[in-house]
Amino acid sequence: MTSPITHTDVAIIGGGLMGCSAAFFLAQRGLSVALLETDKVGRQASGTNFGNVRRQGRPIFQLPLANRAIRIWRNAREMLGSDVEYLQSGHIRVCFRERPDNIGKMEEYAQQAREEGLELELLSANALRERFPWLGPDVLAGSYSATDGHANPRLAAPAFARAAARLGAQIIEDTQIVHAEKLVEDFHLTAADGRQFRAPILLVTAGAWAGKVAGWFDEGIPLTPRAPTMSVTEPVPYAIAPAVGVMTPDEVETVYFRQVARGNIVLGGSTRAASYPDDYRSYVLPENTMTQFQHLSRLAPALARLNVIRVWSGIEGYTQDALPIMGPSARVPGLFHAFGFSGSGFQIGPGVGETMAELIATGATDIPIAPYAVNRFGG
Amino acid sequence: MGGSDMSGHRVIIIGAGPAGTRAAQTLVRAGLRPIVIDEGRRSGGQIYRRQPDNFTRPYSALYGTEAERARDVHATFDALIPHIDYRADTLVWNVADGHVWASCEGQTQAIPYDALIVCSGATDRLAPVPGWQAAGCYSLGGAQIALKAQGVAVGHRVLFLGTGPLLYLVASQYAKAGADVAAVLDTSALGLRLRAAGKLAAQPDLLWQGLRLTLDLKRRGIPVLTGIRPVEIHGHPHSGVAGITVARGGRTWRFDGDAVAMGWHLRPETQVADLARVPFAFDAATRQWLPVVDDDGRAGNAVYLAGDGARILGARCAEVTGELAAMAALADLGHVADADRRRALLAQKGDYVRFASGLAQAFPWPADMVAQVGDDTIVCRCESVTAATLRASVGAAHAQEANRAKAFSRVGMGRCQGRYCGNAAAEIIAAARAAPIESAGRLRGQAPVKPIPVALRRTDV
Repeated sequence: MTSPITHTDVAIIGGGLMGCSAAFFLAQRGLSVALLETDKVGRQASGTNFGNVRRQGRPIFQLPLANRAIRIWRNAREMLGSDVEYLQSGHIRVCFRERPDNIGKMEEYAQQAREEGLELELLSANALRERFPWLGPDVLAGSYSATDGHANPRLAAPAFARAAARLGAQIIEDTQIVHAEKLVEDFHLTAADGRQFRAPILLVTAGAWAGKVAGWFDEGIPLTPRAPTMSVTEPVPYAIAPAVGVMTPDEVETVYFRQVARGNIVLGGSTRAASYPDDYRSYVLPENTMTQFQHLSRLAPALARLNVIRVWSGIEGYTQDALPIMGPSARVPGLFHAFGFSGSGFQIGPGVGETMAELIATGATDIPIAPYAVNRFGG
Repeated sequence: MGGSDMSGHRVIIIGAGPAGTRAAQTLVRAGLRPIVIDEGRRSGGQIYRRQPDNFTRPYSALYGTEAERARDVHATFDALIPHIDYRADTLVWNVADGHVWASCEGQTQAIPYDALIVCSGATDRLAPVPGWQAAGCYSLGGAQIALKAQGVAVGHRVLFLGTGPLLYLVASQYAKAGADVAAVLDTSALGLRLRAAGKLAAQPDLLWQGLRLTLDLKRRGIPVLTGIRPVEIHGHPHSGVAGITVARGGRTWRFDGDAVAMGWHLRPETQVADLARVPFAFDAATRQWLPVVDDDGRAGNAVYLAGDGARILGARCAEVTGELAAMAALADLGHVADADRRRALLAQKGDYVRFASGLAQAFPWPADMVAQVGDDTIVCRCESVTAATLRASVGAAHAQEANRAKAFSRVGMGRCQGRYCGNAAAEIIAAARAAPIESAGRLRGQAPVKPIPVALRRTDV
């Protein structure tokens, strides 16, 4: 049995936010694209994450990428023709009383961030509580970014995919690629049902599943699949504008929350569980939900009076240094990677898509991507 | 400590209605001391819900023809209390890794089990009707509980809408209690009942009861209309329900009232089973996804389901399946099984299954009415999502099944987690795609089973 072979300029494996936004920007540059997604676009980590559109706290060298992304978020509605519920309502990062050394770190970070165009306002405990009276008494200081915010992860990647399709990109769901190889000029991709796809350029944006794809090209990249602990409360009157997070070296204290316009408060952080990419399964461990509640109640005691109506998780791929793999392959010409975002890819996602499209179309980008080189782990 | 037999087996029963009571009785007889976790302050479940301590209505007033059964289930449970680890007023909000997560008064614990018998009961199956978001719209079950537990009616002049035995039972209970029943409006045509009579005769006294309830309502001069379609529940955002308009053929009727009690038979409460990773399969007769169990109630992985939480077979059958599930758990834990008793119980269950199939035929879920509900009708009351928004998630955004439609439209995303809109949403999604209902899938259950406070704290570590 033979089926027609799909030829495009670029094939993309993985329909998360990175793949969908790359498809959009590639199509915008006039390249033909086939985006191949095992399930439905944006259903995995891109659709299940917290939805933080947060620049502050990212490595300083990542801010140019984050700045590129925030310009896209701000124009998303017009650019994509549908609302992804981006709300530029600010982001506040706080530290707790027992870690006073964090104030110095916040000051230093704010100074460096300013040079990259991100303005942060440092607030003392009293100033913080005056502006955000729902913060707990253990909060010592905070760093406020007025120009960050949050968006709806369930809507973002599908919105990019639909917009890409309108520009001519082929968004091919329910299609699992089981093998890919490069023969002469073209990458040859084979789907589980035998369909064939060919392109001179292959972009791998397959999240926690990308290690397997890279392995077909002898680029062994260890990715650890993890599952975030997410919860959402019943809706309450809208009162909390900024997204809120904690600066701490202790992972269990790293809780965060945001209130959506319709009133629900989305809660996340503190712990991550294992996840199971081979089975497409992730589970919220009840003990993690309890730990999260405990730390959230300390950050914002008022939250303790609310009820959580739902918890969920997803499948995220983590690298050893929690930085993504992003850029050209070290071994195979025409092969590009953008995965391993380690639980912090949502904000930069559209910037990653635009940067990868630029890199593929022009061979270069001004965005610093050296820190994300695929061969940085050796081997 | 409880929950174990002499060999140390820990058995947990969730629910203290008729199924949970008989399961506990069976385990205690076999020498076990099960943990019985129940959301209710007192045992009995929803169907045999007890009145508060200081209320003194007699059993006959509370439970009518089922008074003796109610009395027996209550007495059985009360006698079991010294022999079980009974945790009343306790919510099971999650099941994971062989542990039940139970919460009570702001504290939660993870309780391990070797066998878990889930007797989680049923809730009303609701269909969206234009205007049903108005204050004063209740489920039939909710209206019944208000009367049974607190001795109050949901309104001064109550309209009953839907189909199924509960429609007539609750209307009649309201009438007997002195409430003003404005009308009983049944979406099922009378002819269906006659055609199902053969199957309904599997429980002759229940069939007779049903007929008597209808006659009683008519004798009281209450309009009883069958084969109708609800056009609109009239109401106001501030004052709530004002009345209802229904239609049949080319004719319409309007009835005034300040409350509506509505329901289209029942649906199993399957969240706990879902969290315990029990597989589900589509049931064509009821157009729902149901947990997969064997004849005895085994659902795999040491989980057993009994009562209406597995299949809607009614309160009487819940006593049968409760005992069967406990016997299955005991057999799997190495206890000697009583084959004769099992055969007798399975035969009884067979009669109830036949009767239930008759009910499904006589009082069908109005699939077409739901699929064609108007665009501006609210489908998901928790999140105020209209049929138009749901249909757009299928049309413009290409959702093909319920979970994807939920992600785009928010249908089923609220505090009831799709209990009250899930059945209807599936019909609307399937119709919008011109695809069979089973292709719309089912909303995956997510913890917590019911909302839990952020103040909830673990006390077992």
